[in-house]
Amino acid sequence: MKQNLVCYRTFEEKSPSSFETYKKLNGYSTWEKLLKGKMKPSDVIDAIKAAGLMGRGGAGFPTGLKMSFINRDKEGQKYLVCNSDESEPGTSKDRFIMQKNPHQLIEGMAIAAYTMGATVGYNYMRGEFMTEFESCEKALKEAKKAGLIGKNILGTGIDFELINIIGAGAYIVGEETAMLESIEGKRAMPRFKPPFPANYGLYGKPTTVNNTESLASIPVILDKGPEWFKKLGTEKSGGTKIFSVSGHVAKPGVFEIPMGTPFKDLLELAGGMLDSRGCKAVIPGGSSMKIVPGKIMLNAEMSYEGMQSVGSAIGSGGVIVMDDRTCMVEALACVIKFYEDESCGQCTPCREGTNWLHQNLRDILAGKGNIKDVDLLVEIAGKIEGKTICAFGEAVAWPVQSFIEHFRDEFEFYCKNGYSKVKGK
Amino acid sequence: MNNKREFDSSVTKKIDTWKKKFPKEKPESSIIMSLRFIQDHYGWLSDKHLDMLADYLDLAPIRVYEVASFYSMYHRKPVGKYVLGICGSISCMLRGSEPLLHHLETKLDIKLGDTTKDGLFTLKEVECLASCTKAPAMVVNGTQYVEDLTPESLDKLVDNLRQGEQT
Ligand SMILES: Cc1cc2nc3c(=O)[nH]c(=O)nc-3n(C[C@H](O)[C@H](O)[C@H](O)COP(=O)(O)O)c2cc1C
Ligand code: SF4
Ligand code: FES
Repeated sequence: MKQNLVCYRTFEEKSPSSFETYKKLNGYSTWEKLLKGKMKPSDVIDAIKAAGLMGRGGAGFPTGLKMSFINRDKEGQKYLVCNSDESEPGTSKDRFIMQKNPHQLIEGMAIAAYTMGATVGYNYMRGEFMTEFESCEKALKEAKKAGLIGKNILGTGIDFELINIIGAGAYIVGEETAMLESIEGKRAMPRFKPPFPANYGLYGKPTTVNNTESLASIPVILDKGPEWFKKLGTEKSGGTKIFSVSGHVAKPGVFEIPMGTPFKDLLELAGGMLDSRGCKAVIPGGSSMKIVPGKIMLNAEMSYEGMQSVGSAIGSGGVIVMDDRTCMVEALACVIKFYEDESCGQCTPCREGTNWLHQNLRDILAGKGNIKDVDLLVEIAGKIEGKTICAFGEAVAWPVQSFIEHFRDEFEFYCKNGYSKVKGK
Repeated sequence: MNNKREFDSSVTKKIDTWKKKFPKEKPESSIIMSLRFIQDHYGWLSDKHLDMLADYLDLAPIRVYEVASFYSMYHRKPVGKYVLGICGSISCMLRGSEPLLHHLETKLDIKLGDTTKDGLFTLKEVECLASCTKAPAMVVNGTQYVEDLTPESLDKLVDNLRQGEQT
């Protein structure tokens, strides 16, 4: 299977992050075409739509369609924001684009911004990403020196200012409107929608937020053509996707592979199961997505439709593998503790509900569970889902509902006996 | 701490440079990074620092306080010279982060959240660091990643940091 065809295509080169390497791969050629008027903004949108690129940040919204929501000819400042917050448990992919292929991200941002009429773009990285920040700053300097970013680029009168910034630790910054609040120097509390960022975004101006992987895919799509990209994947899921495979596999790692690759091939790339144990369950798209029993995953393919058909989603591509020694009660408690810590606190169902869920799970783990707690967990999750300002509510509810749907016996056993069915006394 | 109500010039220089990343009329956008610069220089964020930053950026103090209390990388109390943040999220948990945390508690003879008596180490549990495929993972002082942790590699790290202090 061919790997590293799109966002990771520089990785096998000698100095993957350098300007020269990127130029050698025909880098910045699409940007120059746009600048010289050999390609129109509407061509970009059409190509991205035809390529079937869907947002790689988790929600899977069609990228071309999102770009068309902004009226580039409308007067006034507009912004592009690259979401490099990468904080979803299980997800480790965007950071390598910034470390080893930053120029492609810069070109992708320039193309997207120009297409939407935005003259300023922010790349917001999570607070811990100082290495990535420095790599992006270095690349930006090179691009500016080559006259490809800045004011009056190559004498065309076109401006694009790219600005790298870095946060200070908060998962919720990854929610796009929380990110806008954070850039405005506030607490990262998601905004009520509508209005959507395309109408009222950063500093109240029309704004588009895209994930790092989405934006870094754009130059390759335009350079090699939408058909080439689309054909890498399946009919409904164009292109490639980066999967970070973690947990109980022999060689955890990050793999950029065609959409539609069977899960068992991906598992093989990751060295197979750790200690050759059985595959009990997989969370295929970061901890916010629904868990799927191993048996089912081993027959599934990694695509939007493939994951939908097994009751989950591709999400951020964070594939978390659990072997048959995993206690599902402990695993869920760990997932929920994350959400309890990270709730921004503005919606009561989310703030209180995550706390109740975690308390309830802690009680079960302490041997103080009651068989009724299992239904109570599902009930609390149901009262969070759909009743909050942002999709964090679903991110909490889905793990609870799916863990109990598939592994109810383990939860009931723990409540009844006070110890783990898997681990024993 | 001295009682000067002025930041060191190395700090204000960084703040002034960072401010240029945002529109002129939006000084509040630089609060988040300014707090990091201050913390990197002074070790932690006292109320005095927050008031001083509000003054410096000409903002109401609440604007700075609400940011300082929201983001997890800020220390609102003094911490050790090395803050060890072990990831406790799911991928790291599956690869044994919990026993590692206990190992460190024993080695440093402190509980989670505490600082060693010599002021060298503070032990924290943090959430997913995006190092899930190199689990278990940790960060030292917020941004230095240490991955694929084992009890032995942790011992070595702590011993090396301790030794570095003595020489
Ligand atoms: C709680 C929460 C956390 C999120 N975290 C991230 C993140 O870390 N990175 C990201 O790109 N998108 C994240 N998203 C999705 C963004 O809100 C947004 O949909 C995405 O950045 C859009 O880019 P895309 O269309 O290219 O996927 C998160 C959403 C929610 C609700
Ligand atoms: S759902 Fe949770 S994280 Fe999202 S806005 Fe409400 S309280 Fe904040
Ligand atoms: S779960 Fe520990 S780094 Fe992601």
